[in-house]
Amino acid sequence: METPLTKNMRADKSPVALSDYMSTGGYAAVTKTIGKSSPAEVLQVVKDSNLRGRGGAGFPAGMKWSFVPMNEDDPGHKYLVANADEMEPGTFKDRLIMEQDPHQLIEGMILAAYTIQADVGYIFIRAEYHYAIRELKKAISACHDKGFLGKNILDSGYNLDIHVHVSAGRYICGEETALLNSLEGKRAHPRAKPPFPQVSGLWGRPTIVNNVESLACVSHIVNNGADWFKSLGIGEDSGTKLFGISGRVKKPGTWELPMGTPIRELVEVHAGGMQDGYKLRGFLPGGASTDFLTEAHLDLPMDYDVIMKAGSRMGTGQMIILDDKTCPVAMVENVVSFFARESCGFCTPCREGLPWVEKVLHAIEVGEGVPEDLQILERQGRFIGAVGNTHCALAPGAIEPLTSALKYFREDFEQHIRDKKCSYQ
Amino acid sequence: MSAVKNDMINVLSQQEIDAIEAEIEHLPDRKSAAIDALKIVQKYRGWVSDDSLRATAKLLEMSDEELDGIATFYSLIYRHPVGEKVVMYCDSVSCWIMGGNKVRDRLKEKLQIEPGQTTEDGKYTLLPVTCLGDCDHAPAMMVGDDLHHDLTPESLDKIFEEDA
Repeated sequence: METPLTKNMRADKSPVALSDYMSTGGYAAVTKTIGKSSPAEVLQVVKDSNLRGRGGAGFPAGMKWSFVPMNEDDPGHKYLVANADEMEPGTFKDRLIMEQDPHQLIEGMILAAYTIQADVGYIFIRAEYHYAIRELKKAISACHDKGFLGKNILDSGYNLDIHVHVSAGRYICGEETALLNSLEGKRAHPRAKPPFPQVSGLWGRPTIVNNVESLACVSHIVNNGADWFKSLGIGEDSGTKLFGISGRVKKPGTWELPMGTPIRELVEVHAGGMQDGYKLRGFLPGGASTDFLTEAHLDLPMDYDVIMKAGSRMGTGQMIILDDKTCPVAMVENVVSFFARESCGFCTPCREGLPWVEKVLHAIEVGEGVPEDLQILERQGRFIGAVGNTHCALAPGAIEPLTSALKYFREDFEQHIRDKKCSYQ
Repeated sequence: MSAVKNDMINVLSQQEIDAIEAEIEHLPDRKSAAIDALKIVQKYRGWVSDDSLRATAKLLEMSDEELDGIATFYSLIYRHPVGEKVVMYCDSVSCWIMGGNKVRDRLKEKLQIEPGQTTEDGKYTLLPVTCLGDCDHAPAMMVGDDLHHDLTPESLDKIFEEDA
């Protein structure tokens, strides 16, 4: 089984330096592409590979890039932004790439930027990732020395600078248009779309924002071709994916596995099964903002559309497990209170609705709930969860664990209300 | 008040002004440096006071209110003084499942403060933080720039002993 994203990573987790990266084929994709292939040719191979966004939405990367205007007479800037603001609760994969093999991200960024002919790149990274920030800055500096970044890259006439932008906090910065506002020095409110960033993004200029893991796939696609990348997946989707599991399993972790790996294999083989004395009751398949699935879904493959059809989202592909000794009501309360705190406050359903839901859940959890509360939660779930009622996807995502918990763990909510207490404590 | 005192830019040191101007240089306009500028001021002073906020706003040619709107939006820009180190414990769902509340309670007990407060000796400020991306080693927290994980109420004692 091929593991392109993690093949260079070391047991001691020390970062792969430029010379080591190059000795295993690193920057071969840049060397053979910049100034030698046309941007249209790179775009085609990425499109053909069916690389889908690894940040959560699963949008085809090649299609996203194809929306950027390629007007050679336009002298203004274009931007390529790596979204390294990993903050989705339960997600710990981009950190791995940036800390242990940062050149993979830089090489992917050079190729992506060349494809859209961007002359400036930003890595928008959360401030808590000190170690990754240091390694990325080192990697960028090493690339300047080698002529992979800067003016006239490899004598091609193509120029690209990459800056590391260290964020000042807040989950909402991971939303791509909020991220752009933050890069512009503003409050990180998401923008209305259209116009989409591909046409009018950073400072009104064409901009592509891609997740770190998506960008890390690009050099491998350019080196080995679209068909090779497609063949890595064992289901409907292409490539490998950094899947992960947290919660009461024996060996929580992140592993690079084929797209389409069955959930049961993730839980029982890679995570070693549940800890002794704990049973699996449910799981959020791709971060805190995805709907619960249950034991009945364990044999589904981790593919975007399959998980969607099952009523959830693959999201970041990093699962959080609910065990039988953890209260589902309290877990949902934790998730909703997180999103209520992280709401940017711009639109009313999110700013007012999430705290309301949080209060109702808290009341139920501490034994002060009344039967009508369930109707309030259901109504709020429909209202906040409906696409178009909120300015961005934060609130609909926030409410997904709740609406699905009401479906799968309803007896727990009812028992809390009936017994006026939480029986898990 | 003398004219010099009214010139709020004088509140910022030359080093701070130079660092902010260096950020502005590669941006399309002065305002775009707002977050970078706040971070620079905070780096030198530990937090952003009203006076330094006004001085920074003036330097960026924006209103105090607009800059304060930005400063108060971001969780890592401190508009109150903080301790020498900020203790940020993750309160997101994976850490919560793995006993994060017990760690938080022990932190409160140990430091004798509530989240949002600073210890009397000015050494630590306690704050919750968004998922630290270390969920396979939950619960996790940061003390200053250092990440600590697989926390238990007991393991906290050792961490603070070594930090002292």
